[in-house]
Amino acid sequence: MYDFAYHKPASVADAVKILAADPEARPISGGMTLLPALKLRLNRPSAVVDLSGIAELRGVTRKGDTLVIGALTKHYEVATSAEVKAAIPALAAMAHTIGDTQVRNRGTMGGSVANNDPSADYPAALLALGATIETDKRQLPADEFFNGMFTTALEVGELVTAIHIPIPEKAGYAKMRNPASRYAMAGVFVAKTAAGVRVAVNGAGANGVFREKAMEAALAANWSADAVAGIKVDPSLLNGDIHGSAEYRAHLVTVMAKRAVVDAG
Amino acid sequence: MNVVTPFEGIGASLRRKEDFRFLQGRGQYVDDINRPGQTHAVMLRSPHAHATIDRIDTAAARAMPGVKAIFVGEDMAAEAIGGIPCGWQIHNKDGSPMAEPMHPALALGKVRHVGDPVAVVIAETKAQARDAAEAILVAYTPLPAVSGTEAALKPGAPQVHEAAAGNLCYDWHIGDKAAQEAAFARAARVVKFETTNNRLVPNAMEPRAAIGDFDAFSGDYTLYTTSQNPHVIRLLMGAFVLHIPESKLRVVAPDVGGGFGSKIYHYAEEAIVTWAAGKVKRPIKWTCERSESFMSDAHGRDHVSTAELALDAEGKILGLKVHTLANMGAYLSTFAPCVPTYLYATLLSGVYATPVIYAEVKAVFTNTVPVDAYRGAGRPEATYLLERLMDVAAAEAGLDKVEFRRRNFIRPDQFPYQTPVALQYDSGDYHATLAMALEAADWAGFEGRRAAAKAQGRLRGIGISTYVEACGIAPSAVVGSLGARAGLYEVGTIRVHPTGSVTVLTGAHSHGQGHETTFAQLVADKLGVPTANVDIVHGDTAKVPFGMGTYGSRSLAVGGSAMDKAMDKIIAKGKRIAAHLMEASVEDVEFERGTFRVAGTDRTKSLTDISLAAYVPHNYPIDEIEPGLEETAFYDPKNFTYPGGCHICEVEIDPDTGRTTVVNFTAVDDVGRVINPMIVEGQVQGGIAQGIGQALLEAAVYDASGQLLSGSFMDYTMPRAGDLPDVGVATHTTLCTHNPLGVKGCGEVGAIGSPPAVMNAVVDALRDYGVRHVEMPATPQKIWGIVNAHRIAAE
Ligand SMILES: Cc1cc2nc3c(=O)[nH]c(=O)nc-3n(C[C@H](O)[C@H](O)[C@H](O)COP(=O)(O)OP(=O)(O)OC[C@H]3O[C@@H](n4cnc5c(N)ncnc54)[C@H](O)[C@@H]3O)c2cc1C
Repeated sequence: MYDFAYHKPASVADAVKILAADPEARPISGGMTLLPALKLRLNRPSAVVDLSGIAELRGVTRKGDTLVIGALTKHYEVATSAEVKAAIPALAAMAHTIGDTQVRNRGTMGGSVANNDPSADYPAALLALGATIETDKRQLPADEFFNGMFTTALEVGELVTAIHIPIPEKAGYAKMRNPASRYAMAGVFVAKTAAGVRVAVNGAGANGVFREKAMEAALAANWSADAVAGIKVDPSLLNGDIHGSAEYRAHLVTVMAKRAVVDAG
Repeated sequence: MNVVTPFEGIGASLRRKEDFRFLQGRGQYVDDINRPGQTHAVMLRSPHAHATIDRIDTAAARAMPGVKAIFVGEDMAAEAIGGIPCGWQIHNKDGSPMAEPMHPALALGKVRHVGDPVAVVIAETKAQARDAAEAILVAYTPLPAVSGTEAALKPGAPQVHEAAAGNLCYDWHIGDKAAQEAAFARAARVVKFETTNNRLVPNAMEPRAAIGDFDAFSGDYTLYTTSQNPHVIRLLMGAFVLHIPESKLRVVAPDVGGGFGSKIYHYAEEAIVTWAAGKVKRPIKWTCERSESFMSDAHGRDHVSTAELALDAEGKILGLKVHTLANMGAYLSTFAPCVPTYLYATLLSGVYATPVIYAEVKAVFTNTVPVDAYRGAGRPEATYLLERLMDVAAAEAGLDKVEFRRRNFIRPDQFPYQTPVALQYDSGDYHATLAMALEAADWAGFEGRRAAAKAQGRLRGIGISTYVEACGIAPSAVVGSLGARAGLYEVGTIRVHPTGSVTVLTGAHSHGQGHETTFAQLVADKLGVPTANVDIVHGDTAKVPFGMGTYGSRSLAVGGSAMDKAMDKIIAKGKRIAAHLMEASVEDVEFERGTFRVAGTDRTKSLTDISLAAYVPHNYPIDEIEPGLEETAFYDPKNFTYPGGCHICEVEIDPDTGRTTVVNFTAVDDVGRVINPMIVEGQVQGGIAQGIGQALLEAAVYDASGQLLSGSFMDYTMPRAGDLPDVGVATHTTLCTHNPLGVKGCGEVGAIGSPPAVMNAVVDALRDYGVRHVEMPATPQKIWGIVNAHRIAAE
């Protein structure tokens, strides 16, 4: 770790002010991604702005047909929240599979969303559920927010404050884990929402999380595992590494899509 | 009466004494030790697999805050510091010695693998040392590199060392080639099989660490290090590298958090911090980071082999021929050359009465981390090759794989059994362990389970491995004749204190094995002293007279036997003292578990009576016997020990994802006499976890340019609890015939016996797919590739 200054503001306004004054400063939430990067000296922020003292970023509430999840909500809280379990059981179940117990008790939805790791779980859920990401400045639909591997529409110093998720009719998720890292090697989140059927794929795309339109159309016509069984994504759009070639991942996307539909019921 | 209650002796599943501190985080590991005035070292390592070092500019780094010193290879060379020595010399077929290129502690002019240390920075804090290491400018000219075992021998391959033409370290053989050829000429069938034994990264939970300390007034050096054998490190580092006499060098290996072989060897960092401590006159601590471990701890396995088995018309083995290439990595680690030779090829007879064997082994240098012994060392490679070959041969000969094995077993009445590859097995009963395992695993009911899995779309397979291994290493004269540069005896001192408690000094070293418990049980069993009053001291050259350390499942068989011999001496002396006190003749004094008795009478003296008399010799035969009650024995074994047994594995494969799950695992092992059944069970389960890891998960992957692609846990698949089934462990005992305890060793059997059982199960699960062999690790991607290729072919 290189030296850095440390701030612990008590409000979003204060945090934003510190970040605006120093473009080299970085916010930290659970630290489950940022801390390893700092320890490995892959990152050299001038200051770390700890968001964990900001009460307004916490909590899960239901507002009509929408769940509002504060950016600081931990994976463990999402996994065990009665509100989430009742409204979007697939999201609670997903949160329960992120990392390990320690990670789930520190990592946050805001941190995960801001990081947009191509293998992370939440981006697939939020894209498929048609969520809106609220920041200190604006509201961004997930389709506009996630912009490729580790890239989002966030500007420097802009904070994710909450995630608004329309409650779907049904939703399901299935992933094949990378055997070593346990992150998704190919994951598919399917949702039947008021705005139609949406399918998002994580872990596999060469350019991060993406929507799989052919599967959406097929499921809109016929919500069943069979409907997606014959749809194969183009391997040239996918990632390959020592654990999974693009070909293998393409195959897995189909298998996981089938399983996600079964999971959704 | 004098029997310890509850029984704590041989056979008691005593809870581990050491766990009291380990489970509460109170172990004292090297990194927990802090010396007054301590500084911190960071190694600057090569990012290249192969490059010349054109220039190292340390000026800016030296000027950074807190920096005490920076040293490079030339600084050590200027003081005639020796290369890191190799402890074993193999001879080529023609009798010439192996190529043994110099291994400088810090690179000299060239780097030969990613992670090769180039410079050491010593600073007041670790962060300062890291900062300064980043400020060192090294100008490299990258050279073409070679990482693959087979690629190393190809004409035109990049040369790792000038002193090893064609990258060949040695070309060695064992067995009778003419007899093998004659046997093959008579064969009804010859089955040929080729396989790779995947390279592994050991990954002990505790990373390596070392503290060098120098006392300028006494001239004494102390090295605290994560070692399995501190005396060996003192010998190698003192005599060959730093030229410090043993009397001036103390090596301490305190609590060590796992070794699995990777902490046997003398590593460059140990010599660097010890030497540099003398230069900067301050203690220096170095603690390896996990990603640094991946590129600096010795790796394991990495063989490419071809085996041919000759059978007669009845399915009896006529002969075996093996050709193996073994990757040594960039430099020869301490035991590396003996692993693919004397710990491997000598095991190729397995549990079978194979009349003739001929094996050739070529060892090669590559631009990769050195490879050395890893849990099992050579024996897992031999067992895997042979037990996969047995399955392939059974299938091709149309024989039942169990019956085929049984037909070729060495029978109980054939012991001692001389193999054609040097070893003489003393005892074993392979039929018995097989029968127990078949029963425990419900082998007979498997087809029903297979059908049930199939109905749910899963492929279920069952695999068996029947194995023997050689451990308890080893008779010094034998290993000396085979090229070992050290003896392999062990040392035990029994110190009976005046009031009867006991301190044991042992040359064995515990880094997870539970010696503080099992060794105390030996004393409880023989001397009748409660284990609470027995302390085991190990891991400090200033306390323990000498020792060769712990590896090759030798602690109990060799170290325990040394203790036993020392206890014999205690009893012999005690009898003389007791005879004096009880006014009897020595011949009439008997001893059993703490009590000396005049035979046939009720006259007795306790061990405490005797120890008190020995230390307070008022009424004592002082003209005949010295006071005190302390004895030391050096025990040099007469033979290796030969644990063996049968492992049966059941797997299920999800054909849609290729994922393999181990659903059942049964192990029946003959480890000789069992001192603590609970510890044996844990050792066997741990070994099986690593065996399943090798079979299904783990692989150190280098790309062609020598970059390690699986250089962290993000890409190197360590087995986790969830990857493992409940492992049923049972033992069946035949005693070792040549050590006083009848013990054989249990530390490695799990890792040796299990990989072929798993892979035989994987191949069995794929039996409808026309698969002859699957290479380890059987990753989901690999299995899916097989399923998919079959599907495409079918379409
Ligand atoms: C061992 C391990 C296993 C894991 N496995 C998984 C897994 O299976 N699936 C998965 O999805 N994830 C996994 N993760 C990642 C984990 O979920 C992280 O917690 C998450 O990705 C980041 O959340 P965080 O709160 O820890 O963010 P931090 O590490 O604090 O921050 C991450 C990044 O986001 C920025 N940031 C943080 N909060 C905000 C905010 N409110 N607004 C704007 N920017 C912000 C930071 O500056 C930083 O760049 C794993 C992590 C570990 C260590």
